Amino acid sequence: MTYKTDMARVKGLGTAKEGTHEWWIGRLTSVALIPLTLGFLWRVAPLIGGTHAEVLAAFQSPFTAITTILFIMIAFVHLAGGLQEVIVDYVHGKALLVVLLVSTRLTCLGMGFAGAFAVAKIAFGG
Amino acid sequence: MADVNRGKRPLSPHISIYRSEINMITSILNRITGVGMMLAAILIVWWLLAAATNEAYFDFVNGILTSWVGLIVMFGSLWALWFHFLGGLRHLVMDFGYGYELKSVDFWGWAIVGLSFVLTAVSIFCLATF
Repeated sequence: MTYKTDMARVKGLGTAKEGTHEWWIGRLTSVALIPLTLGFLWRVAPLIGGTHAEVLAAFQSPFTAITTILFIMIAFVHLAGGLQEVIVDYVHGKALLVVLLVSTRLTCLGMGFAGAFAVAKIAFGG
Repeated sequence: MADVNRGKRPLSPHISIYRSEINMITSILNRITGVGMMLAAILIVWWLLAAATNEAYFDFVNGILTSWVGLIVMFGSLWALWFHFLGGLRHLVMDFGYGYELKSVDFWGWAIVGLSFVLTAVSIFCLATF
């Protein structure tokens, strides 16, 4: 006879031990990306094809710089999570799986940092 | 004991068995658009890094993004972005338990496909005009 609930007895016994973390990060980042994506389309997308001076001027606005940095960093976290979900679904074989999980995660980390740094450098004066 | 029948057991029905439905298409399109936008994301980071480097390098990368190949990638990704955005919104609504009735599934499946093209056209118009 145990006084534990059914849930307490089975918690942590699945093959993955835990499972809601990735899902939760996916939802959290997707909610953040709703306004940030719209902000990016509004403030940054029109600059593609513009002049260098226009891009430098645009990121002098703290609003544009901050929302763009947040957009880039959160978008790459979201992308890394999405890629991981797709990879674990479709890639079989431990070696390739690990190589892809590590390389996509590190690429997203690097890209997110590089994009954020580029915007910050322009915002702080070229 | 070794499983002598391995590989010969009947499989549960898979996608080749079912009649194609809109929710199958939108489900896989959400993944395809998400993964596909990786290319545009990397290009835009490259473009920002170029802007942070100097004018000559910016003009070079800006030229690549606005070449005809670059524009196909950019406008394709714009559609992918709208589709993934709408699909994601729908997923968030469904996380609260709404929209699972068959009529609703069919309606919103077609609606996000249609709206994704409408919003792409509207945003291209805005980019071209303002």
